[in-house]
Amino acid sequence: MGRLTPCRTLAAALPVAVLLAGGAGPEGAGRVAAQEPEAGQAPASPERFGFGRAATEAEIAAWNIDVRPDGEGLPAGEGTAASGAPIYARECASCHGAAGEGGVADPLVGYEPESTPPFGPRYEAWRGAGDDVRFTVGNYWPYATTLYDYILRAMPSDAPGTLQPDEVYGLVAWILAENGIIARDAVLDAATLPAVEMPARDIFVPQER
Amino acid sequence: MAKTVTRRDLLAGAAGTIGAAALAPVGGRALAQGRDTTKLPGAPASALGARSPHEPLVRGAVRGAASRTPLQDLHGIITPSDVHFERHHAGIPAVDPADYRLLIHGLVERPTVLTLADLKRFPATSRICFLECSGNYPQEAGPETKPENVCGMTSTTEWTGVSLATLFREVGARPDATWFLAEGQDAAVMTRSVPMEKAWDDALIAYAQNGEALRPAQGYPARLLLPGWEGNSNVKWLRRLELGDRPFMTREETSKYTDPLADGTARQFSFVFDARSIITSPAYPDVVEPGWIEIRGIAWSGRGTIVQVDVSTDGGRTWQAARLQEPVLRQAHTRFRHLWRWDGGPAEIMSRATDDSGYVQPTRAALRATRGRRARRYHLNPITAWRVERGGRVVYREEPPWDA
Repeated sequence: MGRLTPCRTLAAALPVAVLLAGGAGPEGAGRVAAQEPEAGQAPASPERFGFGRAATEAEIAAWNIDVRPDGEGLPAGEGTAASGAPIYARECASCHGAAGEGGVADPLVGYEPESTPPFGPRYEAWRGAGDDVRFTVGNYWPYATTLYDYILRAMPSDAPGTLQPDEVYGLVAWILAENGIIARDAVLDAATLPAVEMPARDIFVPQER
Repeated sequence: MAKTVTRRDLLAGAAGTIGAAALAPVGGRALAQGRDTTKLPGAPASALGARSPHEPLVRGAVRGAASRTPLQDLHGIITPSDVHFERHHAGIPAVDPADYRLLIHGLVERPTVLTLADLKRFPATSRICFLECSGNYPQEAGPETKPENVCGMTSTTEWTGVSLATLFREVGARPDATWFLAEGQDAAVMTRSVPMEKAWDDALIAYAQNGEALRPAQGYPARLLLPGWEGNSNVKWLRRLELGDRPFMTREETSKYTDPLADGTARQFSFVFDARSIITSPAYPDVVEPGWIEIRGIAWSGRGTIVQVDVSTDGGRTWQAARLQEPVLRQAHTRFRHLWRWDGGPAEIMSRATDDSGYVQPTRAALRATRGRRARRYHLNPITAWRVERGGRVVYREEPPWDA
């Protein structure tokens, strides 16, 4: 039966086989013992079970959309803040605000004072006891590549995964430029995007509690 | 379908036809009030069980993307599957199991595609453990706050599936693979990076929940299960595992589920949940009477096994060890019980969990000292208190705003 592993099939079947053989006489019992592992001992797991099948290059390429901080996974294409602006207005502004100030979805733009995360001593001294903290791309995203990865896979939320590489590069450029992280005329592509230094890069520290 | 007599019809019929008989019992005064169930055959067997109409059990605080387990209504360590908490990032996808594929690639010798049937052929393993949302904390909570609204985004389940170590041996994980990316097939195509150590240790690809197939809201037909680790990393509707030599730095593990600290840094990869506990009875909206009360609750820790739960009935001035109810399982809800004789005066009751790593559940003030005023509501596990008012009303002890 296909649902049973070889391991389980043996373990389950063997005691029965020995029992039946034993009932047939000493000769039968001896024959089974010579051919099979000792009753009661489950066989060791094989190195491989051989289930599943090899993935093709095309299958992997179709799903392998992640983009890493070193730029691996970024597709060909390019965009600028200017090329991204109309796409932002059309696809993003209704949830994130016309200027990225936030709405039903997270704010994307804005951080003050400059180069300060939205928490910690420097921020506290500047902000005082007042308003809510705004976590934005400008102050709390350590990698620009993550922005590309996330927009490509999950945005816009009513039609995720429909944007083309040039559109995503343009949106990333617009958001980064609005945050003052790149120049308005900077061209983002697979080579330049990983080189963008995010203000929040160094505050993220893997640490033990 | 032909007209059949439902259980509801029978109950209604019974009430109508023998109600009078039940109210006028033969031979003396009946001990039981109401309908006499001994005078009419009961409902027949059915294909699918239903809860007693007297015991509605529903998830609380249902929003579009989240709902909470009604901790105050449960008695055991296992969470009934239909009230397991939910947190989705782009809704619940409708996955046809016939179409389901799991792709494993990257730093492996044999990039492999597995069907659901393939997954079920591998040796199976089961694990009872809790699963808790990274953001299991009340945003704003007044006195009329139930346990589910304090921390109902935790549930305990018997998960069954295939050990991730088995799968990674099958595909030939290379020695230079140190992290893997897990990706779901929801509309967020949600991704998280996980260290390979967790795969070799105790990670599962789970396809069953409390003995039956996963519920759609819990990742049907297969999900990643990382015992003791924050819910978000337990990727549901799992479709892809990519092995790599560094973390992939996805949105969820950088800009979202990280903990800003008071010192100006942000702690990344807060995978393991620290110990936590809560008294689930008595709690709001209970009203209690003076005399003996069994204080009951749950404790759990992603670090390991709960070894002690202390209970205070005087606002944290003195503590007594509660009794732990077997079974006490690693990384699972553990029941505790503590007998208390309430004198009828105002009281404040609370619990404090300790796990086998020596970690002790902190006070809110201690957490705030580390996290700072601008902490996000992630990975918080403070001691929770209930006030028992004169007259017996039990209410949540309100906390001042976190950043006050």
